[in-house]
Amino acid sequence: MEIFLQQLINGVTLGSIYGLIAIGYTMVFGIIGMVNFSHGDVFMVSAFFALIFFLLFMTILGIGTPIIALLLAMILAMVLTGLLSWTIERVAYRPLRGSFRLAPLISAIGMSIVLSNFIQVAQGPRNKPVPPMVNGTIDLMERDGFAVTVSYKQIIIVLVTAVLLAAFWYVVQKTPLGRAQRACEQDRKMAALLGVNVDRTISLTFVMGASLAAVAGSMYLMYYGVVHFADGFVPGVKAFTAAVLGGIGSLPGAVLGGLLIGLIETFWSGYFSIDYKDVAAFSILAIVLIFMPQGILGRPEVEKV
Amino acid sequence: MSAPSRATAGSDIGAAVKDALLAGVIALGLFGPLVGLRTEQNMRNEVVLELHWVTVAVIVGIVVVGRFLLRTVIWPALADRKLRDRPAAGEPGALRQTVGRFLPPAGLVFLIVYPALMLSLFGLQGSLKWVDNFGIQILIYVMLGWGLNIVVGLAGLLDLGYVAFYAVGAYAYALLATHFGLSFWLLLPLAGILAALWGIILGFPVLRLRGDYLAIVTLAFGEIIRLVLINFRELTNGSAGISSIPKVTLFGLYSFDVSAPNNFAKSFGLPMSGTHYKIFLYYLILALALLTAFVTIRLRRLPIGRAWEALREDEIACRSLGINTTITKLTAFAIGAMFGGFAGSFFAARQGFVSPESFIFMESAIIVAIVVLGGMGSLIGVAVAAVAMIGGSEMLRELTFLKAVFGNDFNPDQFRMLIFGLAMVSIMIWRPRGFVSARQPTVFLTERRAISGSLVKEGHG
Repeated sequence: MEIFLQQLINGVTLGSIYGLIAIGYTMVFGIIGMVNFSHGDVFMVSAFFALIFFLLFMTILGIGTPIIALLLAMILAMVLTGLLSWTIERVAYRPLRGSFRLAPLISAIGMSIVLSNFIQVAQGPRNKPVPPMVNGTIDLMERDGFAVTVSYKQIIIVLVTAVLLAAFWYVVQKTPLGRAQRACEQDRKMAALLGVNVDRTISLTFVMGASLAAVAGSMYLMYYGVVHFADGFVPGVKAFTAAVLGGIGSLPGAVLGGLLIGLIETFWSGYFSIDYKDVAAFSILAIVLIFMPQGILGRPEVEKV
Repeated sequence: MSAPSRATAGSDIGAAVKDALLAGVIALGLFGPLVGLRTEQNMRNEVVLELHWVTVAVIVGIVVVGRFLLRTVIWPALADRKLRDRPAAGEPGALRQTVGRFLPPAGLVFLIVYPALMLSLFGLQGSLKWVDNFGIQILIYVMLGWGLNIVVGLAGLLDLGYVAFYAVGAYAYALLATHFGLSFWLLLPLAGILAALWGIILGFPVLRLRGDYLAIVTLAFGEIIRLVLINFRELTNGSAGISSIPKVTLFGLYSFDVSAPNNFAKSFGLPMSGTHYKIFLYYLILALALLTAFVTIRLRRLPIGRAWEALREDEIACRSLGINTTITKLTAFAIGAMFGGFAGSFFAARQGFVSPESFIFMESAIIVAIVVLGGMGSLIGVAVAAVAMIGGSEMLRELTFLKAVFGNDFNPDQFRMLIFGLAMVSIMIWRPRGFVSARQPTVFLTERRAISGSLVKEGHG
């Protein structure tokens, strides 16, 4: 019971991070039907942005409180990661829109190689540890010497995720931008005829997805306290799994899928074997796609001639 | 007449300057933190920031000037050329047709004399690098590209986990040769059969999937196989890999082991050198690659090959015409995987060592990139792409003269994959249909004619 509770807490934390990344995949897939392969690496770059600004604020500008430095670093990382994603979309994906099906996917794989190797060249190949930013835990219950604890880090992650998801939900559901996005998702040509600036809407979709990935990146950095240039691939694939599991194209589905993947991964490591936790995640991806390609909350795809 | 045009030219320059400055601001925002503030560990293993503002200034300068030139010189020139070439579009030019006819035999002759050429140019030891790093390395990727081409180019099934079959072939040879001492010539077909079996096993569940979903599931399968290789330590020795894999013998007659009594160099009274073995391996992989090409060319003319291409163009029409899509897809997976298995067992024999590190997703991505960049389905295109991408990235290792320019701690090797990725993106934007964008239908009315790649859905057909 205690292990179960503890794994539940860990799983929800991890799932929040996956959910934030998954939104980027699901939105881009929804709007232009493309698997944005470089999104995992965008997430990794955002963690580096957060790391650099955190260090800048703490050591050079002399902001004493880690929380404030982290918050500022996160906001800057959101802005710059959005800019990065906008640039990538402009340079590598937009010229290929309307080209044959594989072209954007190959371009995205190339971009993913570029991003991870650029970080390796610019920031060095070693692990980058940061001093602990937030310390302290709350003991929820204790029995037989096993304490169920929730750390402040975990509380911050879940809170920040919840607040940002609410804000994001508001943007998509209530603002003109969100309406334009949903219109483009349903029918790009018709939306263009009705005066929606499709190119701009797609760009902003990339920016929004990347900003949420930057939140995830900052939280990842705080939670694990270390980041590495190759850290984008596995979280990226897991977040994509989450998006597919929840039903690709569906925003609540992405969050739900992220939570499920986080829970499955932590419970698998807790009860079975930590070695095979990535195998579990990849197997779920394969099983879901084979038996339930529309996901939990997605619409079934109708094949037309 | 001239006044308005000059006015537009002036505003063009103004717009271009504005555009270039905007690009500079974006570059500053992105490269400023990532390049200008480098995180380094100090003596106490804490991460501290190091400033590199000069590099940032250089990068931003390049972006501004590059963007300005792009706007004012390159794009107008390209637009002009497009306008001029318009009538010729859709039909490949006569020059390209001639090149297409003479390239394969010329290339083949070159490949056959290549080791002799290198031997005469660089001597016994000097040619080792050229035969091994360039010849064998490129030919492995040519073979993998041609093998994957059957799945992606002909059958239109995007497989991002092709490296799994390569791994199956490599581990099949490594394990069976080290444990049971079986010969390469026995294990080569066996590795192919095992890989084909895995192709069917992994292909079966994904029969219903298409497009991106298929790509992602195959990626997942590729990763699962790699993770199992890492974690199933009892069999595979985990991340440490399997070492001292026996070398290939010359059909069991002569051995390339230095200590063996029937050593090749000793038996023929040649000077002892590793180059003999490498040249032998070169011809072996050349033969295997040509086998792949030959089988592909012949299969395209068989009913199964036509069924693959029909499947690629339209699955529903294919099913309506009574083609069994299950069999069609599975054979494509199995035959593609078989060639991957051949290449894998060759790889294990060549390296003498296999570990899961060699079968990461990046390898699959590189192979898919070679197939797509070459122009899917075109054997020549795939070969050209493999030479350009693999040969080009091997070339970067050789750029030691750059050390004179950038100082001694400059290591061109670390830019290899970065440039590889940039090349992938730029070739895709420059030619989304790949290097060879003309297609030759297998079935034609009265006259065989190449058509533009944009007329077919994808691939060579």
